[in-house]
Amino acid sequence: MSFADILSIFSGALTTLLLSAAGIALGLPVGLGLALLRWARVPVAAPIVALYVSLLRASPLVTLLLLLFYGLPNVGISVGPVTAGVLALAMNTSAFNCEVWRAALMAFPKEQTEAAQSVGMRRGLRFRRIVLPQIVRIGLPGLVNEMTQLIKVTPVLALVGVVDVTRAAVRIGASTYEPLPPLLVAIAIYVPIVYALVSTQRWIERRQARLEAPA
Amino acid sequence: MIHDFGIVWSERGLLLSGLMNTMLLSALAGFCALVLGVLLSTVLMQRARLLAQTARVFVDAARCTPFLLFVYFVYYGLPSAGLRFDNWSAGLAALIVYHTAYMGEILRGAWMAQPREPIEAGQAFGYTGLKLFRRIVLPPLALASAPVVGNQIIQIIKDSAFLTIIALPELTNAASSIQSRRYVPFASFIIAMLLYWALCLVVEAGVAAAGRMAQARR
Repeated sequence: MSFADILSIFSGALTTLLLSAAGIALGLPVGLGLALLRWARVPVAAPIVALYVSLLRASPLVTLLLLLFYGLPNVGISVGPVTAGVLALAMNTSAFNCEVWRAALMAFPKEQTEAAQSVGMRRGLRFRRIVLPQIVRIGLPGLVNEMTQLIKVTPVLALVGVVDVTRAAVRIGASTYEPLPPLLVAIAIYVPIVYALVSTQRWIERRQARLEAPA
Repeated sequence: MIHDFGIVWSERGLLLSGLMNTMLLSALAGFCALVLGVLLSTVLMQRARLLAQTARVFVDAARCTPFLLFVYFVYYGLPSAGLRFDNWSAGLAALIVYHTAYMGEILRGAWMAQPREPIEAGQAFGYTGLKLFRRIVLPPLALASAPVVGNQIIQIIKDSAFLTIIALPELTNAASSIQSRRYVPFASFIIAMLLYWALCLVVEAGVAAAGRMAQARR
């Protein structure tokens, strides 16, 4: 394995990071939107969201990705590997994020909304100033956990031809007839990233526990 | 579109054998990972520093490694180090080793959260050794860890889909082969997803039943 090979694995890592970031950036607000639909018990939409969340949480990302990559062109929507990959990641994580957001919304004290209402705040303002900052805090550890999960399933993108860490490593292994070293490099790229996220989550949890503990 | 589902229905034998293989893999892996996880959890709680720390490194490493890369490592990487597997044993071994780490950590957490008093009371009533474990320690521990173990089994079912990359004929692989031969991608993969969903609902129902048992025992 040459220096150029290692460099190509790192360029794959950049792709992985960019696609993960795109998946997270899409999945967070979509998850919140879905959670709000369920929380507000919007007729028709709420049960559909419940179905979507249940199905996506229970089915493997590989299957969803293959469905999007091969199935969407079948119904007339052409998608490339990158689009299908980001869409699959975003759909998958949005379902998990929805549950985190919803739990945070359920735990939100109703009195505060009523108090905001009584001082004349309108719905949008109430959500932005009163509800959102607090559910972000409550949901943060869960959301970081979902980000970790998302990063850990990104190697699946290699399956439809995205040149990410995994595909770069496998390609080098195939050309040098030594698959072990590039795979170890790939794993060595993932471990610190995931470990950093897990540590961040624990740090947030500890900090919040300290802040909430009675002095 | 209805026609596509008809084609998938005509291939139901293949899909069902894929489902059976997924169930078989998940059940075997779940059982072995649970048993090994029990052993691992006791090692994690050892007072012997070196042993517990080695186990801790294994658990943390597994939890930071993507499962798919681990499968590649076992199936493509290890043969060059002299360990050669066929796809079934590589897939099963990867599932078991990877999820043993998670099970060990889950069970350690459940164990630590158990109150000490019933055990001391049991000892006061003359329960010792295996009988103490079987009658006093195990029942509440098993009921308390049932939900998280159930979640882990759902994770195993979902991870088993990754094994399609080493050509193991499980559910996703069956759907892939139907779509590539008959060109019905939407129908075959959506059916596969629904079957995974059904499997997970069954596991969840089992967990809920265990939860009700735990409530009734209180």
